[in-house]
Amino acid sequence: MLSSTADHLYWMARSMERAENTARMLDVTYRMSLLKQAVAEPHHEWRAMLSISGLHEDFEARYNEPSAANVMRFMTLDEKNPGSIFNSIFTARENARAVRGSITSEMWEALNFTWLEMRRISAEGIAEDGVSRFFDWVKDRSHLSRGITHGTLLRDDTFRFIRLGTFFERADNTARILDVKYHILLPSPADIGGAADYYQWSALLRSVSAFESYRKVYRDQITPQRVAELLILRPDMARSLITCMNEVNRLLQELNGPQSDELLRRCGQLHGNLRFGRINDIFDYGLHEYLSGFLEQIYDLGDLINKTYFWSTDQ
Amino acid sequence: MKTAYDEMYATDGSVRESYRSYADWLKTTPAEVIARKREDADIAFHRVGITFAVYGEDAGKERLIPFDVIPRIIAAQEWKRMADGLRQRVKALNAFLHDIYHDQEILKAGRIPADKVLGNSQFRKEMIGVDVPEQIYAHIAGVDLVRAGEGEYFVLEDNLRTPSGVSYMLEDRKMMMRLFPDLFARQAIAPVEHYPDLLLNNLRSVAPANVSNPNVVVLTPGQYNSAYFEHAFLAQQIGVELVDGLDLFVRADIVYMRTTQGPRRVDVIYRRIDDDYLDPKAFRSDSMLGVPGLFSAYRAGNVTLANAVGTGIADDKAIYVHVPEMIRFYCGEEPILSNVPTWELSKPEDLKYVLAHLPELVVKEVHGSGGYGMLVGPTASSAEISLFREKIIAEPAGYIAQPTLSLSTCPTYVESGVAPRHIDLRPYVLSGREITMVPGGLTRVALKEGSLVVNSSQGGGTKDTWVLEGDN
Repeated sequence: MLSSTADHLYWMARSMERAENTARMLDVTYRMSLLKQAVAEPHHEWRAMLSISGLHEDFEARYNEPSAANVMRFMTLDEKNPGSIFNSIFTARENARAVRGSITSEMWEALNFTWLEMRRISAEGIAEDGVSRFFDWVKDRSHLSRGITHGTLLRDDTFRFIRLGTFFERADNTARILDVKYHILLPSPADIGGAADYYQWSALLRSVSAFESYRKVYRDQITPQRVAELLILRPDMARSLITCMNEVNRLLQELNGPQSDELLRRCGQLHGNLRFGRINDIFDYGLHEYLSGFLEQIYDLGDLINKTYFWSTDQ
Repeated sequence: MKTAYDEMYATDGSVRESYRSYADWLKTTPAEVIARKREDADIAFHRVGITFAVYGEDAGKERLIPFDVIPRIIAAQEWKRMADGLRQRVKALNAFLHDIYHDQEILKAGRIPADKVLGNSQFRKEMIGVDVPEQIYAHIAGVDLVRAGEGEYFVLEDNLRTPSGVSYMLEDRKMMMRLFPDLFARQAIAPVEHYPDLLLNNLRSVAPANVSNPNVVVLTPGQYNSAYFEHAFLAQQIGVELVDGLDLFVRADIVYMRTTQGPRRVDVIYRRIDDDYLDPKAFRSDSMLGVPGLFSAYRAGNVTLANAVGTGIADDKAIYVHVPEMIRFYCGEEPILSNVPTWELSKPEDLKYVLAHLPELVVKEVHGSGGYGMLVGPTASSAEISLFREKIIAEPAGYIAQPTLSLSTCPTYVESGVAPRHIDLRPYVLSGREITMVPGGLTRVALKEGSLVVNSSQGGGTKDTWVLEGDN
């Protein structure tokens, strides 16, 4: 496959997955912000949302305060924010457009239609009571794209680079979503284990469609350790870090490009850490520190994927 | 202007033979059904994303080319004659290209003035003595035909560089079959869906010698080119890679593409980039679209370019007048298809006549294309005419003039209902080891009332083109 085609396929999938996860992240923040807390500084959930996305500088340059309305606007429809849902969908569609010859026409049509709808929604604006519906729509369109990919595409390297993009982005995003909780500190240690704490953890689980799974797996009350274990180490969880890295690792082995030794080594290392990790060790180390370390390694791995497969492979 | 020849109705108002079955259907199908189908078509085209970008205006903006649901229908016998004429014409054009880049017999014989060819900016000296497989230069030709007067066909221009539009031919047919399957059951309509197969076979047949399983690619200027949709569409339809300049590189006169499994050799390039931009080392050094070293690999015979470099000399409007002579010279036959009578403004007597009759004539830039740089006298304002007069006087050899042909019309859906609109026809002629084509081609329609300009960039639309089979 052409290196440039692989690049477009990978980013098509990453961008669509990012749109979905941004919707999920906004959704959890929105739910948490509904839980009124006595002494919390104003807007702190929304500030947290910005810092975990790494977009706070851009935000501060153009908006005055991180109110719910402002952050929502910035993260959904803002055409100047490269990380907005609007731009993620635009990027997904532009990448698809560049390789529409390599994907099935159903895949292209679905993505193109998503973009046309996105443009319409952007022109009309999202009413305050319509945010949840908008997030559901984004998730639906992402599910649809993934489903069509599965249902129509030949299982060759095209498929593999698309899946690589999906799981790579999802690994990054799940780690960030889990880290939301760190950034939204409870006002006092006494609240830990209280009602607010419970609602925050359950909102987080719901945002990654894991609430029902949690009940099924643990059949017990919600505790931070179990939530973290579910989203980091459980290989049967669709969005957990280990599930994502299982896929990334397998896909990279199947792709097996002529210069991929170092890539495979680094990926195997990251994968092995998850595969043989224990939740107690992670908590002893510090959940936030662990997730920050994971995000750094994922970033480096992404860089290596670029060098191995997408940049000039001739000289 | 006289009333134009109408494809569907004879002058006495009766329906022509070729349209009889369709007209019956149209009469008995409720208007609401057709209105709904037209809406379906619009949604489907948007969804599929068959769009084109327009130069100027805001860059990156995409527009839909309007599609009209009333087909253009051609009788079997009529097409047969047209196909014979096209074969003959394209064969002569390829022979001409080989000749002028080799022995120049036609110039030596004095059948075409040598300076008109050798002094033409479209003549590529770099191509002299370069041998190309099968001696074919114009592998894909889009010959524009119009019907005028009592229904006679004329060749308006031979597009031998990178003719576009064939994707619309294919998509229009797909759309018609999706919207009106019953119409295709009523009568035998010649299929066009095998065009991609013919194209691939054609490209493979001109691979460099000794290549047993040629790697064919489509080379595009990139996704912001107005015809990008078509480039991607064709690559997908024929099952080859769509590449841009950055995907290719040349090492030791061999062309490779960059792949995730390392470099892979390329044998045939169906390029949709103009000569000037192909290779910054050989042509325009500021080209960001091309591949450095490509022309050298081409000259060495290690890669085939389709179409060849330098075909522009044969579809130049200054050379156009000589095509009938080429046919006589290379084929020893009389031309089957007629040229439009043309005044060459480099000739003083022609210039004098044209300047005196500008409001009646169509004037075209010799090197222009796509409906740009053209004056349609009868519909132009007096300011436009005087502007063109100055341009012509400044450089007479840069222009040709033709009578304003009353192009044939075909009933077409417009805002006020169904009304006749002017059309043309672009069949696609493939030349390789043999000459092939699918019946018909792309029918373009000028949607503005009275307009004779069918180019999509100037508000034209398209129609499905039916060639009836057998005794219909």
